[in-house]
Amino acid sequence: MGRGLRWGAAAAALVLLIVFPQVVTQPFPRHVMISIFLYAMLAQAWNLLAGYCGQISLSHAVFFGTGAYTSTLLARHLGLSPWGGMLAGAVVAVLLSQCIGYPVFRLRGHYFAIATIAVGEIVGTLMINWDWAGGARGLFVPIKRPDSWMNFQFHESKQNYYYIALALLLLALWVTRRVERSRLGYYLRAIREDQDAAASLGIPVAGYKQRAMALSAGLTALGGSFYAQYIFFIDPESVFPTSLSILICLVAVLGGVGTFWGPLVGAAILIPLGEWTRIAFGGTGKAADLLVYGALIMLVSVIQPGGIMALAMRGRRRTG
Amino acid sequence: MGFVYALIAAGLSLIFGLMEIVNFAHGEFLMLAMFTTFWAWALWKLDPFVSLPLTVGLLFLFGLAVYHGLIRWILGAPMLAQIFATFGLAIFLRAAAQALWGVDFRVIKNPLVDGRLAVGGLFIGLPQLTASLGALLAFGFLHWFIARTETGLALQATAQDRQAASLMGIDTQRMFALGWGIGAACVGAAGALLAMFFYVFPDVGSTFALLAYVTVALGGFGNVPATLAAGVIVGVVEVLAGLLIAPAFKYAVVFALYLVVVLWRPQGLFGRF
Repeated sequence: MGRGLRWGAAAAALVLLIVFPQVVTQPFPRHVMISIFLYAMLAQAWNLLAGYCGQISLSHAVFFGTGAYTSTLLARHLGLSPWGGMLAGAVVAVLLSQCIGYPVFRLRGHYFAIATIAVGEIVGTLMINWDWAGGARGLFVPIKRPDSWMNFQFHESKQNYYYIALALLLLALWVTRRVERSRLGYYLRAIREDQDAAASLGIPVAGYKQRAMALSAGLTALGGSFYAQYIFFIDPESVFPTSLSILICLVAVLGGVGTFWGPLVGAAILIPLGEWTRIAFGGTGKAADLLVYGALIMLVSVIQPGGIMALAMRGRRRTG
Repeated sequence: MGFVYALIAAGLSLIFGLMEIVNFAHGEFLMLAMFTTFWAWALWKLDPFVSLPLTVGLLFLFGLAVYHGLIRWILGAPMLAQIFATFGLAIFLRAAAQALWGVDFRVIKNPLVDGRLAVGGLFIGLPQLTASLGALLAFGFLHWFIARTETGLALQATAQDRQAASLMGIDTQRMFALGWGIGAACVGAAGALLAMFFYVFPDVGSTFALLAYVTVALGGFGNVPATLAAGVIVGVVEVLAGLLIAPAFKYAVVFALYLVVVLWRPQGLFGRF
């Protein structure tokens, strides 16, 4: 496919996505699409750090939760608009990510992954026991009527949420593309391939890891604030669990780690699959969706660790 | 508790030392062991003590099966694939347990060892005491096997240098499989001991697995005796934190301790590199 043709296809897909809520008005398909956008965006944020820089973080729920809690707490106590809260959440998440990054980036490989799990568990435990922030009971987002863009609340239909989620996804894609083409992107990939070699060539490894972490955390926090405004209820179990961190990784891994389209492809497959298994087998308490997830991940890692994007690449190369 | 942690962690450490793969499904192995013990008790009225060899044997076979079915295929794969293969296994096993046995908490009632021991005003639960002694015994056995038998030495050789070992006529594939078998068997013993006084449910593995990762990383990956020391430290810190700060924070304190230690010594307390 030529370059122009590919951009044409992307533009056509975007137009289709923009038209979609005008045609489909039932809440459920819209909800599935919103979930796809949200998870694709979160996975893309994770991908910046793990895919391009090779630092496999298993605690991204920390930043997601930070975003959700910051905007909600500011709205409750100061009456701040969630839009401001969203930005504030991103700032807090970036600061937090730098504090977390300082110690854990000294570790490599498996040690790093385990340390991030430990961080995630610590933060989760603290949030459950922090009574001022709702503790284990969670927080309700103060409801304001009528629907307005100013209040970031829409009770009548999901249409506006759909567009906001789409915009967030586009933002994540745009940031990734910018990073990919910049000096930062090359440095990050150099660190991923061989940290020692990168350092010996004069790349300040620790600093660039921190930058990747900051970008990744900030984007993830935006997703978290969106989630809070969409669901109207947050508690540590829903926004801070390690299982959420893992799900974010799964989306990216399935689609293809370190690729531009991978997270989107992964979300477009995994999220509807999850919703479908939940409907088909839900209510039986059989956790069929997780059964399918688990089997799928094992298959992907054994057959093609590069994810679906790598499969597609291989197919294209074969056909010439 | 520390000794049981150490035993769980020992299996993890062994596998990592051998082939540099972290088994993220370790907690689920533990869960399977606990369920085996539970069902042996529920269906055939076998006391955890009696069914212990059965559990250990089954888990050993399960470890072999996992190696041949999954791990063998990702030996040369990038680290990410290795992490996610075992993660996938973990999710799969947990969901399978939930599908088969439901999410209820189950307990083994009236085991052979019950009650508590009073020593000068200190009360020690007998099942807990037996579990620690059992774990210590299993640990001693593991150490003897690795350090004193020919197969154990072959395992060590494989851990040090795969290529050299295979040039010396050691079947490294067999050693890897054996490592997984023994690693799983350790968890099997730990699970059987734990099931005497702990609830059995599909998610039980996650807390213990996290503690096991911390224990292993604290001791230094691949160093089995150091794991014992780290396990004891984790157990003591957990209890002290529960007592002095608040029970809700005890795991958070353990994880924080781990972060402080790795900040200071990234290779773990007793690690060499």
